[in-house]
Amino acid sequence: MKLSRRGLLAATAAAGLGGRATPAAAQSNVSFAGRTVEWVIPFAVGGGSDVWARFLAPYLSRHLPGRPTVVIRNVPGGGSITGTNEFVARARPDGLSIIGTSGSTQVPYLLGDPRVRYDYRKLIPVLVSPTGGVVYLPARLGVANASELGKLRGQQLVYASQGPTSLDIVPMLAFLVLGLDVRHVFGLRGRGEGRLAFERGEATIDYQTTSAYLTNVVPLVRAGNAVPIFSWGVLDRDGNVQRDPTFPDLPHFVEAYEMMHGRQPSGTEFNAYLAFFGSGFAAQKPVLLPEGTPRPIVAAYRKAFEDAVADPELQAGKGEVLGEYEQAVGDGIERLYEVATTIDLEARNWVRNHLATNHNVRF
Amino acid sequence: MLTTLFDALANLLTLTHLSFLMVGVLLGLVVGVLPGLGGIAGLSLLLPFLYGMDTVSALAMLIGLVAVIPTSDTFTSVLMGIPGSSASQATVLDGFPLAKQGEAARALAAAFSASLIGGVFGALVLSGFVVIARPLILSFGSAELFMLTLFGLSMVGVLSGSSLAKGVAAAALGLCFGMIGAAPATGEYRMEFGSLYLMDGVPLVVVALGLFAVPEIIDLLRGGATIAGDGRLGRGWWDGLRDTWRHRWLSLRCAGLGAIIGAIPGLGGSVVDWIAYGHVVQTSKDRSRFGKGDIRGVIAPESANNAKEGGGLLPTLLFGIPGSGSMAIFLAGMILLGLQPGPAMAERSLDVTYTIIWSLALANVLGAGLCIALAPGIARLTTVRYALVAPFMLMVIAFAAFQASRSLNDLLALLAMGLLGVLLKRFGWPRPAFLIGFVLSVLAETYLYQAVQFAGWGFITRPLVLAILAITLVSLWLGLRSRGGDGAGKVETEGQAGAARAAVLWPQVAFALLVLALFGFAIQQGLQNSFLAAIFPVGAAAVGGAATLAVLATLAWGPGGGAANFDAEAEAARSGQASPWRFMAWLAGFVGGVALAGFVLGLAAFFLAFLRVEARTSWPHAAVLTLAAVGFVVALAHFLNLVFPGGLLQHLADLPWPLR
Repeated sequence: MKLSRRGLLAATAAAGLGGRATPAAAQSNVSFAGRTVEWVIPFAVGGGSDVWARFLAPYLSRHLPGRPTVVIRNVPGGGSITGTNEFVARARPDGLSIIGTSGSTQVPYLLGDPRVRYDYRKLIPVLVSPTGGVVYLPARLGVANASELGKLRGQQLVYASQGPTSLDIVPMLAFLVLGLDVRHVFGLRGRGEGRLAFERGEATIDYQTTSAYLTNVVPLVRAGNAVPIFSWGVLDRDGNVQRDPTFPDLPHFVEAYEMMHGRQPSGTEFNAYLAFFGSGFAAQKPVLLPEGTPRPIVAAYRKAFEDAVADPELQAGKGEVLGEYEQAVGDGIERLYEVATTIDLEARNWVRNHLATNHNVRF
Repeated sequence: MLTTLFDALANLLTLTHLSFLMVGVLLGLVVGVLPGLGGIAGLSLLLPFLYGMDTVSALAMLIGLVAVIPTSDTFTSVLMGIPGSSASQATVLDGFPLAKQGEAARALAAAFSASLIGGVFGALVLSGFVVIARPLILSFGSAELFMLTLFGLSMVGVLSGSSLAKGVAAAALGLCFGMIGAAPATGEYRMEFGSLYLMDGVPLVVVALGLFAVPEIIDLLRGGATIAGDGRLGRGWWDGLRDTWRHRWLSLRCAGLGAIIGAIPGLGGSVVDWIAYGHVVQTSKDRSRFGKGDIRGVIAPESANNAKEGGGLLPTLLFGIPGSGSMAIFLAGMILLGLQPGPAMAERSLDVTYTIIWSLALANVLGAGLCIALAPGIARLTTVRYALVAPFMLMVIAFAAFQASRSLNDLLALLAMGLLGVLLKRFGWPRPAFLIGFVLSVLAETYLYQAVQFAGWGFITRPLVLAILAITLVSLWLGLRSRGGDGAGKVETEGQAGAARAAVLWPQVAFALLVLALFGFAIQQGLQNSFLAAIFPVGAAAVGGAATLAVLATLAWGPGGGAANFDAEAEAARSGQASPWRFMAWLAGFVGGVALAGFVLGLAAFFLAFLRVEARTSWPHAAVLTLAAVGFVVALAHFLNLVFPGGLLQHLADLPWPLR
């Protein structure tokens, strides 16, 4: 582990602010009046992260001291590794450069991809946006809920995946932990195409993120063609999995495991799943400040996002962009962020080994 | 339903909504005219302004922009031989020869009226099918999509010019270039040399500009003087409109083709124009004029590319699956407006859908009208000495190329693809075949793999698969049937073979050997992967290698190099033109300047040097033009919120924007 002194100081400073920071005092000497804040999005225009940042930007601008202009700068390429590497190498810790990453940025980091030059332990989170999703099956399989998943023993399901090292690693690990026999067909561009494959009957197990599930899968459920089995769930402040607020009647993954196996999940596979689940869903999109950003600037940002999320206008307009999920600001941020960006060595090696032996992934 | 339809129209026809539609149309016009900048760049410009806008105005503005680009991108295709966007590549084949023959007005009039028909037809398809399209779209699984990519590849047969072997080899080369990056079946990286840039593959816009724009700019520079001999558009306006009327059924047929291909999610719209072009060649009795200035070669792709947008909206609205890059951004715009696409768009939210449809139809009418009105003014560009126009063109394509990943690598890739384009053009290897191979490469591999994984090899017996297979075979037969003698059925995309017969064969042989070496390299690289990721590159490279050997054989043993003998330099040398390498060196110098001093300073230096040395302008004149160019680029970058690719200087010193 390599931690620079500056990074360590910044991290402790940031952590120290978690609990009882006094934003008013911090704000007094921080002002971005007349300045431009550049919000780097390491994805192309029009993607999920781009929409998320463009939605939040005006509120961030409104609530930062001095009301700076906030602009989105897209730096696409390399599955978001390029832009994040560049940010870490170039951004100055003056509060005028921030970055919003996503599960796709966190997954290669957790896997120890050699092309990754960023270290999440050194970046300072100021907002964490969770998202969720629901796993569903075709009704014709005759599985009514998670407790009947055992019926699928001896039957191979087909999942339409975006690739072994994409965000679809979360369902891959989930199916492994559950003990389902699933064949992964790779090369789909986006979950939308996966849903199409499901509707055509080509795929026999699928998940959709919350907004896509509500608009596109709920009609299938109503028509009696699909059955929701479990949601991914969310993480509470202590890092425990809880039910998704959008689907309070649906068991989350851990409950589904218990319904199927009659005991709590545990072990290396489950630990690996938890890390990737955190990265992919519970803490999917963090907003980060560069290593070494002074404490008052961090405080100003945390306060600004806290106020932005509380802004009634944001709450009224958030619609599908943020969904019903509680945006992690201020207090809750550290633990959630930690769950999503750390993986123990054993779990990492297990995942790497699994991908290498079963899916020809080379590290 | 009808009430909703007309309510939506009435709602759109208010001053506010119409003016936003107009804003979109005008911006689309500008973006479309600039080569390389398509819907993606245009919509990215609008996205930041959506916040707080009302839904109808915003939709009208976005659709206005999307709808007009395939109309306005025709200008550079016809007038300069540079495709304005990926939708108008095929228009170049016959449009540009027409312009050189003094019939630019006729070609433009035919193109715009065909665009109008296509666009309105696309809107009609959208309104008619939106309610029933779901099952239709769902019937296209990966097996059907794979067959459609084969259908697309069958167009190579038509576009191979005098040597089929060269066409096949060029397509295979395109396939191999398309395989750079992650293998769809396993995610293994192929031929990426450990570079993050190549991980995502070479961007399409860079390939298209490198292959088509760079060689054309260089050729025009070598020709000296102006593009149009006498610099007039000619008086063909009525002729052009009459042409479209005479070929109205062709136009509607191609519009239907465009709408269908646009509506099938996953195929993307980038080959629609080539398929329409292939279609018109295949179904025409007299093919002698294609590639030399046949008006049908303009009408077909232009009808199809406007209709494609209407078709492409179907999967976007009904499934939330974007059919193309610009549709992806349109989708983002909808979500920012609080609209979630899905089945409801054909039910509860039908009013939104109809607003989109009316906007599409209106924008097409407005766009075609404006283009006709603006044509004489824009055409005057062709009377300007080309040495003055060329640096602007290079600037715009460099700017467009670097929209792809916003790094210096885009410019390096442009330079490399430009070099390849110059060589392909010189030796008569059809660039359209290369492009079709490139575009369909990943798609063909992905869908074949998925079809086998989902359904097993039995997928081949599905009825729709068999139907598409039959169409493909008919298309192949139509394309190849009259390939016997020296007569019709050969669209010479790279100029006329007869004029390019060379006495000295070694440059052609050397290039063919280079291509052969590339195929060898692809095989060697391909074999390092697991079976699933190796089979496609090895297969494509083997076919390409065999075709290249056939080319070499004809060169070696055919009489006078046989049908494969093609070296445009033979003709150029006879007419005593400047060397193409001089202008290639200018482009390289420009990219080198950017690598040293960043985009803005590199651009300024390139402009001053080029204008002084090549165009021989006075210092003040050069300074004014340079300022205008830099000012334009900086303004555009400001609105797109770009940071230009930096060079060595930017690594050493911390400069303020836009020098940063």
